[in-house]
This record gives sequence, C-alpha cells and structure tokens, in this order.
Amino acid sequence: MSRCISLALLLLVAPPALAKDAYPGIGRPALAAEIAAWDIDVRADFKGLPKGSGSVKQGEMVWEAKCASCHGAFGESNAVFPPIAGGVQAADMERGRAAALARPGEQRSTLMKLSQLSTLWDYINRAMPWNAPKTLSADEVYALTAYILSLDKILPEGFVLSDANMAEVQRRLPNRDGMTRAHGLWRARGKPDVAAAACMKDCQVEGRVVSQIPAYARGDHGDLAAQNRLVGPVRGIAALAGATPAEARVAQVRSLAERSGCLACHAAKSRIIGPSLAEIAAKYRLDDGAEARLALKVKNGGQGAWGSIPMPPHAQLEDGEVRDLVRWVLTSD
Amino acid sequence: MTPAGRIRPAREGRRGFLRQALALSGAAGLSGAARAEGDPAILKLPPHSMGLGQPVAARGYGLPSQYESNLQRRQSPGLTRVPQASVSFTPLQGLFGIITPSGLHFERHHQGWWDIDPARHRLMLMGLVRQPKVYTMDDLMRLPAVSRIHFIECGANTGMEWGNAAVPSVQYTHGMLGCCEYTGVRLSTLLEDCGADLKRGKYVLAEGADGASLTRTIAMERALEDAIVAWGMNGEMLRPENGYPLRLVVPGVQGVSWVKWLRRLEVGDAPWDTREEVLHYVDLMPDGMHRQYSSIQECKSVITTPSGGQKLLARGYYDVSGLAWSGRGRVRRVDLSFDGGRNWRGARLEGPVLSKSLTRFNLGWVWDGGPAILQSRAMDETGYVQPQIRQLREVRGTRSIYHNNAIQSWQVAAGGEVSNVQVY
Repeated sequence: MSRCISLALLLLVAPPALAKDAYPGIGRPALAAEIAAWDIDVRADFKGLPKGSGSVKQGEMVWEAKCASCHGAFGESNAVFPPIAGGVQAADMERGRAAALARPGEQRSTLMKLSQLSTLWDYINRAMPWNAPKTLSADEVYALTAYILSLDKILPEGFVLSDANMAEVQRRLPNRDGMTRAHGLWRARGKPDVAAAACMKDCQVEGRVVSQIPAYARGDHGDLAAQNRLVGPVRGIAALAGATPAEARVAQVRSLAERSGCLACHAAKSRIIGPSLAEIAAKYRLDDGAEARLALKVKNGGQGAWGSIPMPPHAQLEDGEVRDLVRWVLTSD
Repeated sequence: MTPAGRIRPAREGRRGFLRQALALSGAAGLSGAARAEGDPAILKLPPHSMGLGQPVAARGYGLPSQYESNLQRRQSPGLTRVPQASVSFTPLQGLFGIITPSGLHFERHHQGWWDIDPARHRLMLMGLVRQPKVYTMDDLMRLPAVSRIHFIECGANTGMEWGNAAVPSVQYTHGMLGCCEYTGVRLSTLLEDCGADLKRGKYVLAEGADGASLTRTIAMERALEDAIVAWGMNGEMLRPENGYPLRLVVPGVQGVSWVKWLRRLEVGDAPWDTREEVLHYVDLMPDGMHRQYSSIQECKSVITTPSGGQKLLARGYYDVSGLAWSGRGRVRRVDLSFDGGRNWRGARLEGPVLSKSLTRFNLGWVWDGGPAILQSRAMDETGYVQPQIRQLREVRGTRSIYHNNAIQSWQVAAGGEVSNVQVY
C-alpha cells in the first residue's frame, strides 16, 4: 500500500481529531498566579487544602464577630439559616451515621448531615461570611471549622485543627458513612428506582383524596386572581376564601393596585419612591375634597405634594377604577 | 361566548344569585355576554379604533401588555428567610408552548445575583489539561457555537409536595422549571482546546464567579455528551438573574449543576463533594441515608390549564394543556385522566418534541359541570413511566426534598374551582 493511500485511509477512518491548535488566536495560557488566585477548591481527599491551623478558642472569637449574628452564638439558630449544630449524639461518632436522620420530624442540622470535613472547610472559605465572602484567612477558616465541630462535641475545647490533622478529624464525623451513590440518578444510564406502568383502562386506584390544601392555607400565596391572566379559559380564584363581600372587594382593589403598578412605588407603611399608603391616608382622610383631587392626580400624574419625584399619569385606568383605588388608599391604616 | 343563561341560580335565593352573578362578572367579565341590545364592545367603538396609536420605538426594549402584569415570577411565602438565598417561581399557569420568556424564568440564587461586566469576565479551564487556559467573552464568542432548546428544572421542584399537598397553584408546585434556547460553545470543544486528559480526568468541576462561587461536579461523560458553555438565551444574552454573561448548561440534569456566572472549569480524577453535593441537593431516604449526586430529572409532566387556584369559566369545551419533559431524552407519550387515574386517554404532543426539552401536550375535554380529578402521566423514550406519588413514597419516603416527579392531581369542584390534591 502506498503511503498516499494509507494516509487517505487514515483520514477516512480516523475521527476528526483536532490539530493541536484547532482554534488559533482563541484564549491564552493561564498564568500560575492566576490559577493560584482562583483554584480555591478543597476536594474530599483534601487535595487543595492550604497549610494553616486554628484553635476552637480562636474560632469562637471569629464566630462571635462574623457569624453569630446570623447563625446564633452556638450555631443553633434557625432564624436566618437552618441550624448548623444540634441533633448529634456521641454514639453517632462511633457509628458514622447520624441516627436522628432516620427519625421523621427531626430538624436537620449541618453537622447531622456533614459527611466530608473538606466540604465544611471549602464552603466557609469560598462563601462566608454571607455578606463578605472570601475575606477570611486560611487560619480563620481552620479556627471556624474547629469551633463549629466543638459545638456538637466532635472536637474538645482545646483542639487545634490544621492541615495535618484534617484527615484524622474526618474519621470522627458523626455522619461520615451517611451518603450513598448507589442509585440511578447519577450516571447517565442509571436505572430508575420506581417502575410505574401505563395502564389505560379500569386501572387500580382507590380514588381517594389523601391530601388537599387546608382551608387556612388557601390565601397563603396571595390573591390567585391577581396571578392569572384576565382572559382565557380560566380565571384565578379570589384570594381570600370565605371572605366577606367587603373583604373580597378590598382584595380585588388591592390586586388592581398591584396590576396597575401602584405598589411598585407605594408600600403599605414604608416609603419606597412615593409616600406610603398609610401616610397618604393620614394626610387626606378627613379632607372632603381629597378624593376628587387625588383621583385627578392618579389619572394625570402629579408632583410636589410629597417631594420632587413625580408620579406618572395612569391614563389607562377607568374612572371607576381610579375611584376604587383612591377610596382604598384613603382607608389604609 | 358565555350565554348568561348558563349562570346557574344559587340555591339561597335572589341575594345569593346576585352575589354569584356579580362574582362571575367580576371574574369573567360581561364582555362576551350577548345582550339584547348587542355587545357594547362591538357597538361602541373603542378609542384605539378612533385615534392615533403609539409611534415606533416608543419603548426601545419592548414590554408585555399592561394587561399581562398578573404573570410575574413570585416567591413562595415562608419558603426561605433570606431573599438572596431564595427562589422565584415561573408562572407556568399562563405560559404557552415550550419556551419560557426570559423575564419570567424562575430564579434560584445562593448568595444574590450580580450584573457582571462581560468585558471583565473570564473563564479559566485548568486541572488535568495539557494547557490551562483563560478565555475572555470575546474568545468564547468566536468559537463554533451551537443553539439548543433544553429544559432546566431545580432538583427541589415540587419538593414542597413530598409530604402533602402544600401550595395552591402550578406556579408554586412546578414553577422551578424553564425551557429556553441556549447558545454557546460545547464544553467538549473547550476541553479539547485545552487538551483535557480524558484518561484520568473523569470529572469536571464548574465554579461560579458570585459570592457563593457555587461549585458542582459534572461527570465527564455528560460534559462531553451535550453540555454547553452558554452566553445566549432565547436569542439574546443571558439575563443577569440567569448567569449573565456565562453559564453552564447540563441538559437533563438538575438546575444547580447549570452553574451561573461561570468562571472556572477544572478537570479532575474524583468528584469534589462540594457543599451542594454533601449538605444540599442530597436526597434523604427513610433509613437516614442520603443519596448523593442525584442529578437526573426523571420523566415528569403537569397540566397547566386548568390548574390549581384557577376556576373554569363555564361548562363546555376546554383544550386541556400542559408540559412534559424527561432528563433521559424525548417524551414519547402523555396520557390524561379525568377521573383520578382510573381511565386514561392519549394527549396530542405539540411539536417540536426535542430531547431533554419541554414538550407541550393538549387534549380536548368537555366539562359537564361536575367534579373531576385531572392528571397527566408522561412516558419517555426509554419506556420509563411517570409514577404516582404513592409509588415514589413507597421507595423514597416523604423527606427527600428533591426529585419529586410524581403525577400531579388537580381536583375540579362542581363550581369549576380547581385545587391541588393528592390521590391514592
């Protein structure tokens, strides 16, 4: 076979292997300093973990200054974020599984779920504090990690955590054996865990309603009438189930205010761009001519009564709608 | 047209009748109602027929009609306590076809969103590669681009419904869902350009440029198959809330892996076990074990019209409509039941039916004014059938938060009000 033919064959059968530089002029080599600046990840096997150390005591000081306001003094707070500490038993540390996770109704904490110590370190390092991420030193991250672990007595008070003993501390984590990848939702060709059939006729069902939205929760997500289109095959249902006609009327007008953009500038009690509804009501409630004057202002726009920012005209509103809106504003408190 | 004669007199007499008629007129309007003297919407010419309209470019960037402002992305009250680490839901109850308008696309941020200057944005590709590289947006947008339509669904979509029917409308039950045309360069192109070591490099870490610098491990098989490093969304650049100027698109996989504000890709030989892989986006099983790296969004569907929190206008014909999708490929079939799952009829699949994309289905139904329970059940090209909530619970319990792809039931009451229920 001549060289020419074998080359032609090679071109035919070989995949379109890219030449070393298939896209000349695109991108540039990353510099070592640039890689160092961004390559902050710490993997489960601690690849990427920088040198450093911090004690439980040091961690407590950083915690009080930068973390406790959201997470509580002992990581117990559930007010802003779910609790970090709590629910871990000494026996869990022996077993490597947080027993509370098997109990329905238990509040799940970070330390109950945490299976990899690297995860805690990496996350604090990249994303905390909440409003100033990536501002902690490596030593501070070690100290905070140590302090958090001490909250559930995974580490004793005097402990100093460092790159040298992270792997050892990993073996104390209460839920270190609590993760499984043996399921069908990870790999592209994973096998589903539930096999349903596509029955078409006289299928076996009890036909029993086992759960529905409780009456008290129907209004939880606001006025659904104001969350649906105004034309079409359906309408949203009125927000307040079992509301009196007067309440329903108020909800209707409120939804008109929402739709018409009023609430983008006027809040119930606080100033956004324009005065609050309560302020307007307080100023004009006893003024007999106010309703007509305000209606004109809504319709044509106005400026000056509350400052220099003008209110745009709302010419699209019907007179009846404007009247409803103004009356509603004047009864706000 | 809604003949007035179809408004059924209420049993409690004239006052009740009036109240109901008012409520109906408030809900449906009388615009279409035939009156003896004729419809004023026809007889009285409106201003738009008798005056001069708006000029071109009155709005340099067009906006929806003022009458469409009810459709907004919204938060579910009480779901989260901090708006920067929260979710807003797509108003699926009002959307048509399969494409999610960019401005109504759901949001999920872990530490707030940013509008990043694209001229200063960089993508770094490093790790097990022959040549670590830095790309500017200029670089990336010169590479061979692809445009693909794919759905994105948060792993926690429908998560509030594991234990019981919890939220009133499809916006909140299923609204962490979108489907857009994404434009970008295939991740495989970038991996090749840097000479990724595919022998040792079995995983890619994707990292965002935001405060959270959210990180997720992508298996190399997926990275090479169909993942895209995207800048385009529905024909324009990504919206800031969706990762402007650059995000990862991982078709079929839960949204958290579609890292927004993408700044770095690292090739490695083991998964990373990041916070979003250990503490969150892990599915709690009844025995207390967590399933880690649960990623695929299995076949699922939901009827969007009519759906929870809506009221049918009147008896008669409806084109029942909804969405079906599968993270494992194309939707093959969707069946609908109107009697709580006893009997099923095949729905029409509206084209195009694309892999790992939303598929719109429709089916005609004549509502007789009586109670009904509507369900949709999708099957994908692998033969997998969307399960009942009961079947899912038997395997996974009620606390796993993520990957609830159960059949959704909407109960239609005699008055036409539709509500979220679960049936066995």
